[in-house]
Amino acid sequence: MGRKILFITTDQQRYDTLGCNGGTVARTPVIDGLAAGGRRYERAHPQSVVCMPSRSTIITGQHPSTHGVWMNGVALPADAPSVAEVLREAGYRTALIGKPHFEPFLDPFARFAENRFAREGMPVPHRGFEHFEAATHGGQGFLHYARWLAANHPEAVGMFYPVLDMALEVNAMGGGQTGAPQAWDNAIPKEWYHTDWVADRTIAWLDSLDADDDWFCWMSFPDPHHPWDPPRSEIGRIDWRDVPLPAGYQEDGAAREAVLDGKPRHWRAWYDGRLVSNYEAPLNWVPAQMTADQVREVNALNAVECELIDEALGRVMAAIAARRWDDDVDVIFTTDHGEFQGDFGLLFKGPYHVDSLMRLPLIWRPAPSTAAGPATITRPVGLVDLAPTFCTIAGLSAPEWMEGHSLPVDDGDADARGFERVLTEWDSALFGVDVHLRTITRDGWVCTAYLPGYSHDGTEGELYSLVDDPLQQVNRWDDPAVASLKSDLLADLWDHQPVQQRPLRRIESPV
Amino acid sequence: MTLGTVRHHVRIARPANEVWARVGDAAALHTWFPGITDCHVEGTSRTITLGTGMQMPEEIITHDHLLRRFQYRIATPIFQFHRGTIDVLDMGDGTSVVVYTTEADPRTMALAIGGGTAGALDELKRQLEPNEGAA
Repeated sequence: MGRKILFITTDQQRYDTLGCNGGTVARTPVIDGLAAGGRRYERAHPQSVVCMPSRSTIITGQHPSTHGVWMNGVALPADAPSVAEVLREAGYRTALIGKPHFEPFLDPFARFAENRFAREGMPVPHRGFEHFEAATHGGQGFLHYARWLAANHPEAVGMFYPVLDMALEVNAMGGGQTGAPQAWDNAIPKEWYHTDWVADRTIAWLDSLDADDDWFCWMSFPDPHHPWDPPRSEIGRIDWRDVPLPAGYQEDGAAREAVLDGKPRHWRAWYDGRLVSNYEAPLNWVPAQMTADQVREVNALNAVECELIDEALGRVMAAIAARRWDDDVDVIFTTDHGEFQGDFGLLFKGPYHVDSLMRLPLIWRPAPSTAAGPATITRPVGLVDLAPTFCTIAGLSAPEWMEGHSLPVDDGDADARGFERVLTEWDSALFGVDVHLRTITRDGWVCTAYLPGYSHDGTEGELYSLVDDPLQQVNRWDDPAVASLKSDLLADLWDHQPVQQRPLRRIESPV
Repeated sequence: MTLGTVRHHVRIARPANEVWARVGDAAALHTWFPGITDCHVEGTSRTITLGTGMQMPEEIITHDHLLRRFQYRIATPIFQFHRGTIDVLDMGDGTSVVVYTTEADPRTMALAIGGGTAGALDELKRQLEPNEGAA
């Protein structure tokens, strides 16, 4: 009997939403407790700041340029490499419960397997998962949660915020108490909400296993990704009026715009409502019109969702303890990418490689039976390192197709094994608007090169000191004082950036 | 109007007339379009059944055997505008190019449908070139 693996992901969660990472709004005692007894990573980055490429990186251990899912709406082939398959072949029982998003959700023809399983069943393991129950951000659609809700609580299906508007664009409609976009008063009882459902289904699957089974369970919460529509009964946990404005939000509009004007032009163009370059942000929302109160309310609702996740995880940990497995379970908690949450006067995500979207919570609580001590790791790591880490936990060698490396156990280990840099890439193309970024983070700097696209001629970039400018407000790309440093960072970036798979996989759907 | 346009094409190593015989058969769409499970034609009306079970009415607006062009529109309220165009082009060397264009308002539907049309072209090529690459 080996070590079991509980892998928890959330969707679009910032680093600073956890108490253990300095967060002050949401109470996250369960995750904080895991961090206290395990390894807390302070500089974990995704290899893409949108869902499908990032999740494809998690399962393949490859950068987007290699696995080929370069944007949302591009499907990861069903036979793509999968760490779940590696574990399954080694004898692990495997499950994915919650949000998968390796294949497009907006699928009118039901061409993609993950959208058919709830209705047709899953005859053979998929991507290495023998058990697969899917959910996403609302109560409608073809996934297991939506079908469960429709069958058992049909009155609740329409209670969620409508993620898409009548034109099938990401909805800009305001709600809540401040009119914030994607804020919503959701009358659904907590017990029927997808966060509790994911935990319930995880516990049910764990209960179905034999005591001596080795298992890998990916528990994938759809929250705190927008819409921000937690159950109404829970809203009172945090009064938005008491929520401090994020440090990255400049209350003074002129100061905010001055910061944006120091960045490549698509930043300000989005803020002003002149350009929405990607499907993930509402087409009909103008960030410049967002009020400070709306920022507070979004942060409050987001924090409520984080608290619900923490409590759901607590229930799963209790179930594991009840099975007397807890000494042998490695727990890894992370997310797929971040969220602006008001930084720079923005919400949502897009081609913007700053900490808001790139700095992620990552906790690894090794199985207590290993007697590993707690550690804080400051060196850069990536989600690309998760798949080989699962292999290490299982006592397996990482396959050659994995590009990452098993996560370091402390900074000394990181230095010994060359954890010097982490790469993040962005490619998007939406009705004639294309954006392409390549980013390296190392030595306390984050450096982004822009490739030619709709708004850029290929000479633009961003360069920030994470030490002197932790909010990335002063773009030093054109600062002669750091020209040599920039040159070195770019050289290192191009030395390590994987060659992009060509031809590009086609876009199958917007998301 | 926020019109979205998505265009895909495929080159098929078969004569244009042979390709058109498949593409121009309005009632046979489901035989080469993955995700469409049934297809029924009455006059200029066509009803397709999607893999989700949803039925969708369409109006055939061009069916030109000389030009080898087939055009249709999806006639449901969700669309302010839709036009699907399939052209079979004779390359003059015994091969042909099939171009499948989707124009839609809302524009997002052009992307969602366009992915399906690309899969359909892949399937059409697979069916019409069963022995290609087997040498």
